Amino acid sequence: MDIERHGVTRRVLAAVCSVAVAAVLGACGKKEEQPATTDGTTSALERVVKIGHAGPLTGPIAHLGKDNENGVRLAIEEANAAGLVIGGEKIRFELISEDDEANPQKGTVVAQKLVDAKVAGVIGHLNSGTTIPASKIYHDAGIPQISPSATNVDYTHQGFKTAFRVMANDAQQGKVLGEYAVKKLGAKKIAVIDDRSAYGKGLADQFEAAAKTAGAQIITREFTDTTKTDFTAILTSIKGKRPDLIFYGGMDSQAGPMMKQIKNLGVRAIYLAGDGVQTTQFLTLAGPEGESAYASSPGVPLDKMPGGKEFAEKYQKRFNQPIQLYAPYAYDAMNAMIEAMKAADSVDPAKYLPALASIQYQGVTGLVQFDEKGDIKGGSISLYQVKNNKWEYLETVG
Amino acid sequence: MDIFLQQVLNGLVLGSVYALVALGYTMVYGILGLINFAHGEVVMIGAMVALTVLNGLAGAAIGAPPQVVIAAALAAAIAVCMGLSFSIERVAYRPLRRAPRLAPLITAIGVSILLQNIAMLIWGRQYHTFPRLLPPTPHNIAGATITDLQIGIMVVCAVIMGGLLVLVQRTRLGRAMRATAENPTVAGLMGVNINRIISATFVIGAAMGAVAGVLVAANYSIAHYSMGFTLGLKAFTAAVLGGIGNLGGAMLGGLLLGLIESIGAGYIGDLTGGFLGSHYQDVFAFLVLITVLVFRPTGLMGERVAERA
Repeated sequence: MDIERHGVTRRVLAAVCSVAVAAVLGACGKKEEQPATTDGTTSALERVVKIGHAGPLTGPIAHLGKDNENGVRLAIEEANAAGLVIGGEKIRFELISEDDEANPQKGTVVAQKLVDAKVAGVIGHLNSGTTIPASKIYHDAGIPQISPSATNVDYTHQGFKTAFRVMANDAQQGKVLGEYAVKKLGAKKIAVIDDRSAYGKGLADQFEAAAKTAGAQIITREFTDTTKTDFTAILTSIKGKRPDLIFYGGMDSQAGPMMKQIKNLGVRAIYLAGDGVQTTQFLTLAGPEGESAYASSPGVPLDKMPGGKEFAEKYQKRFNQPIQLYAPYAYDAMNAMIEAMKAADSVDPAKYLPALASIQYQGVTGLVQFDEKGDIKGGSISLYQVKNNKWEYLETVG
Repeated sequence: MDIFLQQVLNGLVLGSVYALVALGYTMVYGILGLINFAHGEVVMIGAMVALTVLNGLAGAAIGAPPQVVIAAALAAAIAVCMGLSFSIERVAYRPLRRAPRLAPLITAIGVSILLQNIAMLIWGRQYHTFPRLLPPTPHNIAGATITDLQIGIMVVCAVIMGGLLVLVQRTRLGRAMRATAENPTVAGLMGVNINRIISATFVIGAAMGAVAGVLVAANYSIAHYSMGFTLGLKAFTAAVLGGIGNLGGAMLGGLLLGLIESIGAGYIGDLTGGFLGSHYQDVFAFLVLITVLVFRPTGLMGERVAERA
């Protein structure tokens, strides 16, 4: 009996909740539509084009997902206000934003949902882990997809003509790091360590190749894994080879203790790593021993972007909050897609896709231009160095 | 040569900690014939408790001298680990003392997983920076470097192991422990309180484990909820290498294993032309374990295993 009563309560609760959710959603929907309907055109000549966005809108990195969504929304609102005419019809874009929870499985579910909703294109997803499985679904449906922030090389190397990204990938990052190590930091003898993860190994491989091409000697290549914190044996053997520079392909949780052990063993070498290390956690884990370490990160700091300052103001005005991270990339991705539609004079994915592949669009973050795989051409990588226990911006390369 | 010396020093530092943890395994095995797989997690809890106390005291900014802070952290870690180990024995092992051998082994693994998950709930999945106990100034010895902390680790381990030998060989408690290890039933008939001796063995092992945990975390300046698992396995290997059940064997096994690992990991890359890397460090421990079990199952110094089996 108790169970039954419990069941009833639960059903009532569920009903109340769904009503509440519906009400809230309804309210939201209305709010979003208002700016679009106030432009005063008659809806008879208007064609609604759906644009999909996917990213984590709940969970620990929801603020980044929302940030991307805002970037896309800003671009769409501007395009709607400008009153685009494509293929003889007045176009009004409508954003369908889905929450993939940064979960690969959920990523494929929302990707299918967007395909079923017949979106003309997708901006997303945020993480490499969700972007890669989702990209197959968009590819099979022939829908162009631009990720603002997924950096794993595999995403654009699956042979999908529909997959693009507006941020430099890990391969580009490794290449820039390799050249930087040799040409700027003057390293001749380099030791490479990686954590054998898809990210760390990939980045280290790219680094090694680029450093060799630039004329450096790779004196040793060592491995560890993503749970180890004891690197003394590796570092001692590296010390005996007297490297100018130690490169680490991996994450901050290993790089922090590694940095301490480097100093404790009295190894004199420059320490260089990728974006997995350019974090505040590295600063806390490495402590004072982290001083003068170098690391890179894709893209440029906001104040160095060609249109960064104006975009930041625009964003602040519209959303009443500062940019978190990737919004400028999401904004550029959406605008590049709109440019391609204009160039092809069609919103049909099959027709504007070739135009997107050969686009040359001057965006907020720089020139958006894709190579034959769909990666951004000349994507930039910025370098940072730890000074006074802070990551200080040095320069942007590439 | 300086590099070889450095690897030997690394190995000795690593090995003294292995030895300290291995003693916990070997003492319990000596008395109960049980492999206490939860010991590695007790070591981890020791590190985490010390971390919390150190951070708490530093955050409270009482301005206490660092020696007092370190002593307080160590005392807290030791106390928590002793209590924890005492409870584990009461709850998970004592009721199964007459059960077939496999049963306590399985509860041991169960307790190990449980403790890891509890630690994850309390301290989270992230890596924690362990505060600095001693200045990290490297001293130069013939081209090799060693820090104050590493010297401290070796000294502390040596002192504790010496103390344990005195305790076991020279005190009443030690005699009772040896008697229980020899034959629990007869020792019981002679008036030894078996349960109390077993509890004491667990508690002493846990206290040494707590110290080891703090030393490891301080050495790598990092603490993590899963740090006890591999450490425990390695220490168990060290105990088997030296001859499980034999105190001197655990110490010898620990030092040897540390040296084998350091030198192996340091040179394998060069010897195989980069085909095998230093990430094979853990493999050495288990290769050693298998080799010992095949060719000398009693370990280097042990004879008791044959008696027991």
